[in-house]
Amino acid sequence: MFKWFGKVNYTPYTKVNDFARYLKDGHLMGSRCKSCGATSFPPRADCDSCMSGDFEFIEVSGKGKLHTFTKIVAAPTGFEDVAPYIVGVVDLQEGGKALAWFGDSIAEAEIEIGMDVQIVPRIIEELEDIKVYYSLEQPGTTWSKV
Amino acid sequence: MTRVGIVGVGHGVFGRRSDATVQELAFEAFRSALEDAGIDRDAVDASVVGSVPEYHKQRSLAGVIQEYLGLVPKPTWLTEVACASGSAAMRTAWMSIKAGVHDIVAVIGCQKMTELSTPEILALMGRVGEVQWESGFGTTFPGYYAMFAKRHMHEFGTTREQLLDVAVKNHHYGAMNPFALFRKEITKEKATASEDVATPFQVYDCCANADGAACIVLAGEGRAREISEVPIWLDGMACATASMSVLRRPSLVGLPSAERAAAEAYAMAGVGPADVKVADVHDCFTIAEIMAYEDLGFCKKGEGGPFVADRQTYVGGKVAVNVDGGLKAKGHPIGATGTSMTYEIVKQLRGEAGERQVPDADVGLTHNVGGIGQYCFVQVLKRD
Repeated sequence: MFKWFGKVNYTPYTKVNDFARYLKDGHLMGSRCKSCGATSFPPRADCDSCMSGDFEFIEVSGKGKLHTFTKIVAAPTGFEDVAPYIVGVVDLQEGGKALAWFGDSIAEAEIEIGMDVQIVPRIIEELEDIKVYYSLEQPGTTWSKV
Repeated sequence: MTRVGIVGVGHGVFGRRSDATVQELAFEAFRSALEDAGIDRDAVDASVVGSVPEYHKQRSLAGVIQEYLGLVPKPTWLTEVACASGSAAMRTAWMSIKAGVHDIVAVIGCQKMTELSTPEILALMGRVGEVQWESGFGTTFPGYYAMFAKRHMHEFGTTREQLLDVAVKNHHYGAMNPFALFRKEITKEKATASEDVATPFQVYDCCANADGAACIVLAGEGRAREISEVPIWLDGMACATASMSVLRRPSLVGLPSAERAAAEAYAMAGVGPADVKVADVHDCFTIAEIMAYEDLGFCKKGEGGPFVADRQTYVGGKVAVNVDGGLKAKGHPIGATGTSMTYEIVKQLRGEAGERQVPDADVGLTHNVGGIGQYCFVQVLKRD
């Protein structure tokens, strides 16, 4: 069901397919290698440390600090209707990074590098197809509230 | 293993070339490189084409170019590593001469970008990053480099003014380059009045798509000395990679691939950053040139902004950078950019750069980046 992930999805099939199903149910998942224990976000099926292909999903907190951001004005195909939009890269508390849009709980003027943010699972509801993504919100924002 | 020398260089006009196909652009550059070398095309043992296939309707480009250049039945092949494809072609040609397989090889960097429709370009623009975890959020090339700029400004105090100092310098020199797409000086006022692309970037922070070709003829040391009075030696030729996904990189203030490739190229050539008199670096966006100064060791990490503001990268400064106008003013026909950089450094080291000539240039460098630093090629070139 990875085709659900992203406003535009270019990779419908992956070994971490279930990531999108978890996200739809409000859970943000990373991966852990069953062989050596190495963790990763975004999740990966094949361990970058020991090369084992045996992995499990683990839920991550989504807490992190903003590493950098930009407001994209010139948008590519599939994003014209939402431009301009602000994209941020976050250093996650449990390690790894994530890239996402800013959600409604953070005003543009409040955005600054180093601020605490929370990655929150989201569904684009107005569409016929299921589309899931995550957004950057104020710490403490939960899935049910957005 | 033999030393590899550059014996001929050719360059076509960059811009919106609605007068020519991609093989016709390649021909212009190839013919002028042969004229420059003073050799007949029969002397060429093989060709390597550096280009990015998805921009062309013609599939398998090397074949059609080989035919149009009149090099059939000699061997040819295509190299692709995004915007560094031209330098990848240089590296495989250099390897084939080092290995003793070929003696004289023509490298043709070429690209025709303006035949695509706007919707086709916008669709390609959405797939420049890692498509599984990043492109679904509408990331773009300017968007990625804008995030590097924001982080660099945050960590080191780099300013909007310093970013624009890069654009003003490169357009200043582009105005003197007959091959450049933009041949006009610009002011910071004009740049800040242009449209937003991805904050903090406006139009003048970004290079432009273009059509064009540049050709380099390489030869083993023995043949190079026979052919050329002033062969330019390709003594450092290094390549390194960084993760495709920016999410797998520790920080976004430089390109780890560039640092690594530079260290290796300097070691191969037995020189250091202070020896470099003239360089062409990959200024696809203004911040990219500032990060290049730092990654190449021309200044310390974080000091790239003041370095350009103090005019240290103009002719007469510590190291002249992009005094052909860079990608900013020349335009960026992605497959041709790497060989265009080598062209400029060869002309500078021969003392043939005219009003843009850097005095006493004996060591030069090119820094050609693919993608958002996923690939970086660094060449160190020397004159006897």
